[in-house]
Amino acid sequence: MDYSSWIYALIGGLMIGGAGALFLLVNGRIMGASAIVGGLVDGTGRANIMERTLFILGMIGAPAVLGMFKTLPPTNATSNIALLIVAGLLVGVGTRLGSGCTSGHGVCGISRLSLRSLLSTLVYIGAGVVTIILARAIGVLP
Amino acid sequence: MRNFISLLTGSLFGLGLVISGMTDTLKVQGFLDLFGAWNPALIFVMAGAIVPMFFAWRYAEYRNKSYVGSPLPKSPNVQMDRPLIIGAVLFGMGWALAGFCPGPAMASLTFGGLSGVVFLTAMLTGMVGFGAYKRMCA
Repeated sequence: MDYSSWIYALIGGLMIGGAGALFLLVNGRIMGASAIVGGLVDGTGRANIMERTLFILGMIGAPAVLGMFKTLPPTNATSNIALLIVAGLLVGVGTRLGSGCTSGHGVCGISRLSLRSLLSTLVYIGAGVVTIILARAIGVLP
Repeated sequence: MRNFISLLTGSLFGLGLVISGMTDTLKVQGFLDLFGAWNPALIFVMAGAIVPMFFAWRYAEYRNKSYVGSPLPKSPNVQMDRPLIIGAVLFGMGWALAGFCPGPAMASLTFGGLSGVVFLTAMLTGMVGFGAYKRMCA
């Protein structure tokens, strides 16, 4: 791993944590991406629809604005449509059933010393590690 | 204030995801490839994000209300139940297969091309579908 890779990872991570800290202390809310967007699309988050909408607008819009001035790193995502659909459905259902994703459980939960979030994070990383091995073995991933 | 902070923190979060490399699906899959060409960069993202959040939680303990006057989140749920585990397994599988989790999938929407749009559409469909299923069972 080259030096620039981890220094950017650390800076980006601090920005994510700073955003979560502000969202918690000013708005009194937990910054979990799947909960914010999930509550918006499934109708359970009507009470704070404005907060959710503006948050997502910023999430999508700010990188778009940055992209006007700088070339953004490519996502390098697969073009296998079937794989993307299966993965998207798994992430959508899994994060709602498990009440959180990388930001909600992984960042906000662990930093709060929540055992539930720690367990969730260990399980989804573990499941991810096993999935990579299996997907490579059967040729789904290169 | 509340609306401004929502837009500001959303922007900061989105930029952080792009700068940290979380929107690069190969880096994410490289992190999960523990027994292959492992790329530990994501540990730095997690560490960088957890530190400010840790202090925010400590500070929140001394306050009854948030800055705008709303109640702070309740004590965390301590139940380790089956939905938590099954949900995490499903999420981990999807995360590994495409290299996207919900935040980066949204942050990269404007520059991720068709692949990102397809993933995000499927993810939102899964969320809507699960919500409908939950309401049906309730």
